[in-house]
Amino acid sequence: MSKLYKLSAKEVNTGIRSGEFTAEEYIIQILERIDKVNPKVNAVICIDRNGALEKARLVDRKIREDEKIGPLAGIAIGIKDNICTSGLKTTCASKMLEEYVPPYDATVVRRLKDDDAIIIGKLNLDEFAMGSSTEFSSFGPTSNPWNTDYVAGGSSGGSAASVAASECSVSLGSDTGGSIRCPASFCSVVGLKPTYGLVSRFGLIPYANSLEQIGPIGKTVSDVVMIMKTIAGADDNDQTVQVTYRTPDYTFSSNEKMRIGLVRELTEGAEPEISKRIYSAMDLFTNLDCKCEEISMNYVDYALASYYTIAMAEASSNLSRYDNIRYGFNFTPDGYEWNAYFAKVRSNFGDEVKRRIIVGTYVLSSAYYGKYYLKAQKIRTMLKQELRSLFKKYDILIAPTMPILPFKFGEKIDDPIKMFMIDIDTVIANLAGVPAITVPAGFSNDLPIGLQIMASEFQEQKLFNAALLFESNTNINRSPEL
Amino acid sequence: MVLMKQGDNEYPGIKIGLEIHCQLTGLQSKLFCSCFCNYHGLEPNGNICPICCGLPGTLPLLNKTAVESACMVSLALDCKIPDNITFYRKNYFYPDLPKNFQLTQYNAYGITSIGVGGSLKYGEKTSRIRRIQLEEDPGRLVYESGGIDFSSSYTLIDYNRAGISLVEIVTEPDFTDPKDVRVFLNKITSIIEHLGVCNTKRQGSVRCDANISIQGGKRVEIKNVGSFKEVEKALNYEIARQKTMSMHDIKVLAETRDWDDARKVTKQSRAKEEEQDYRYFPEPDIPTILLGEEYVSSIRKKMPELPYERKNRFIAYYELSDHISQVLIDNKELADFFESAVKIYSSPKEIANWIVTELLRYTDDDITEAKIDSSSIPNQSSSLFAGLKIDPNQIAELAILIDRNTINRNTAKIILTQIIKTGEMPSQVLARTDVLKIEDKIIISEAVESVFKAEKSAIRDAKNNPNVANFLLGKVMKLTKGRADPKITLNLIKTKLDGLD
Ligand SMILES: [Zn+2]
Repeated sequence: MSKLYKLSAKEVNTGIRSGEFTAEEYIIQILERIDKVNPKVNAVICIDRNGALEKARLVDRKIREDEKIGPLAGIAIGIKDNICTSGLKTTCASKMLEEYVPPYDATVVRRLKDDDAIIIGKLNLDEFAMGSSTEFSSFGPTSNPWNTDYVAGGSSGGSAASVAASECSVSLGSDTGGSIRCPASFCSVVGLKPTYGLVSRFGLIPYANSLEQIGPIGKTVSDVVMIMKTIAGADDNDQTVQVTYRTPDYTFSSNEKMRIGLVRELTEGAEPEISKRIYSAMDLFTNLDCKCEEISMNYVDYALASYYTIAMAEASSNLSRYDNIRYGFNFTPDGYEWNAYFAKVRSNFGDEVKRRIIVGTYVLSSAYYGKYYLKAQKIRTMLKQELRSLFKKYDILIAPTMPILPFKFGEKIDDPIKMFMIDIDTVIANLAGVPAITVPAGFSNDLPIGLQIMASEFQEQKLFNAALLFESNTNINRSPEL
Repeated sequence: MVLMKQGDNEYPGIKIGLEIHCQLTGLQSKLFCSCFCNYHGLEPNGNICPICCGLPGTLPLLNKTAVESACMVSLALDCKIPDNITFYRKNYFYPDLPKNFQLTQYNAYGITSIGVGGSLKYGEKTSRIRRIQLEEDPGRLVYESGGIDFSSSYTLIDYNRAGISLVEIVTEPDFTDPKDVRVFLNKITSIIEHLGVCNTKRQGSVRCDANISIQGGKRVEIKNVGSFKEVEKALNYEIARQKTMSMHDIKVLAETRDWDDARKVTKQSRAKEEEQDYRYFPEPDIPTILLGEEYVSSIRKKMPELPYERKNRFIAYYELSDHISQVLIDNKELADFFESAVKIYSSPKEIANWIVTELLRYTDDDITEAKIDSSSIPNQSSSLFAGLKIDPNQIAELAILIDRNTINRNTAKIILTQIIKTGEMPSQVLARTDVLKIEDKIIISEAVESVFKAEKSAIRDAKNNPNVANFLLGKVMKLTKGRADPKITLNLIKTKLDGLD
């Protein structure tokens, strides 16, 4: 039988529906593939073999008996391990939650199941999604499938690497400051950070609530769109989801003459090989009848500082609840006064998480609140306004997804500032709440480069049009040899 | 040095401020999830869900009705309502807080809570309301020994209360006398009862912290006061303590003290004294709630009658006196009782008098408190009439019997003493016993005759002593067990005395 695990989600779905192969045959191949390549990649940290096979047989039965089946029937999907799955451990790659089994499904997980997707397992990440390389995981780092000496990016390193390594057809990640786009770019796959308020966060274990969204990663733009149709839209369990966008129905309208702005500061700030690729992407769009211009953004320089101030402030409060009283890991409180117990159990956080809790606590303290947190929020507002006025003139903005190529393990882990700096291109979309997608744009020294496309709030359609236009006029490899 | 009498609170510069917490018991569910609002009588941790337990990934879902209730309280206390409100996280570690932060509101940086800058008149005085805010209640710690005992070897946590809606009312330090505080708290109680937002009789539904300073001293916080009634006692104790310190030139320092309900003293709180930095910041998971003029006026329209409005109606419609009306509306249960009785029999003045001057003598003010403090009956709301078997039907019938002259007031009083114990209707008591008034002149004459025979020496004094007639009346009443009509009897006695001449 052919290599079913290599197929795109759309191809899998078509094959299963038409009876070309069964969901069970496909899932067996996926499980074999995980067994074969995961020791090299370390993208999947928990495999739900029985659950996946059971669901595959159910899908097959439904098809055999001509029952109604969901639009994602049979597709193997991996879930970042900070998204709750009922009855399946959800650890955030932290020792703090090493024994935690959620009693409920995240809204996105429930919707995937309802649409007959098959949850294959949970995917690696930086502890509590804090990091840009998936090196800060209690399960060990995820390797880049293109070169296993290199990082996969982060924090959704497992989500991007598992798709690139064909351990699942699509995956869910979460993006707080680039956590979907960075690894998708590093692994040469497509990753979307939706508009803030388009996808329910119910069941996403928060790092920074006001910035993050759950989003899909896939081999193709249409795979990403397919998942969005299932997960997006109003949810009774999340009041920050905009009710007006209940059922997105994305249809492609090509040949629409797009107005495109290339963000000069971000493009010029990237490594030469990368900026060269972005400029040639602009040339490609121009040749496809789009109207392209270079534009300048004033607040880019302040974006990183603003982002990290807000993210760490929220994180310091979000992570307060991990005191091991109601859930967590095995550690008896016997003989401890509660303050001492809290202190003891909270030392179980990893170093990067501790660093962010400490900084976040500092910027929220009453003496510094005005100096840091409020100022960061002001910058955020100004950045939003700047983007709003840009999007009056341009349908989309393009820039690199990452300013650098994937790097080797350990290269930046000892220098937090260096690590923070690589988020410069991605944090803008999170601060402004706008959607952004990364699509493979080529390679330099056999390491992937990603093109980032941003659009105005809830204009995912424009993103998809541009991304598909680019994808269909380029031919970039998404399947590394492993 | 000026010596002062015990209990003299006219010390210069007494400043008292209050922080009142009221649970919004009128709601169906908690503030941010669908767990029950009424957790009484449920198994410990039997009223919890992933949201109120703060499980990772859950999001608060704001109960819009709670916002309405808090808005009503704010309007009743004359507060300004901002155009929009947000929730803030108050960060601190405590085992009863599932998320280790509390969702509350905040007043700074131009942001305000749901109510701000209000006032409430009580008697001739007014206290300013600084702010009113909507927030969530934490869980409850249960210590091994049952009380707040830090030597317990273990502590249990019950999250049934976690996430219950609270309205916090913060006053300016405008009170100078603990007695005023009691009057003010009674007034607040009546208002929230009338609004239907808080059943103050439900255990733990109202709590009050106080802060107090005297001239030259620092502000002392008093916490852990179990009921409104105890606040006055705690304040009196604290004033006496601070005065004594100041007389001995000991500085009163800023501190938090707990009210010891059993010993009736305040004592230094074991809580850490260091200034807490709560690191307030806006809750990103609850979008800003728009209120605005239209919203406020729609709430105003929905608002039930407030106590002062009800009082005015009682005076105008039922023609009751200011005093009687005030007594009735000061306790919603009493006012409701009155109106139910009046619906059965429309004799408002008679009924109001019976309630205020007679029935109230049998209600025990302390009974409410006693029940609140008792953990043995946690699920019972204690009524003002707790222990009495009285309802408006009985009082209405009593008024009917009086109006028809079937019984006199003294008889009615006797009947009342019985029916509050048995729950019978007055007519049942009448039928069963011989309490009917004797109006038959022949029967009364017989009684008068026998008294005259027994009291020969008194009758001899009758010419010189005008009180003899009344003395004889008393004897006749005693003989007839109070049933003889006094008017007829006195006439008969006087006629008979005159005839002796
Ligand atoms: Zn709940």
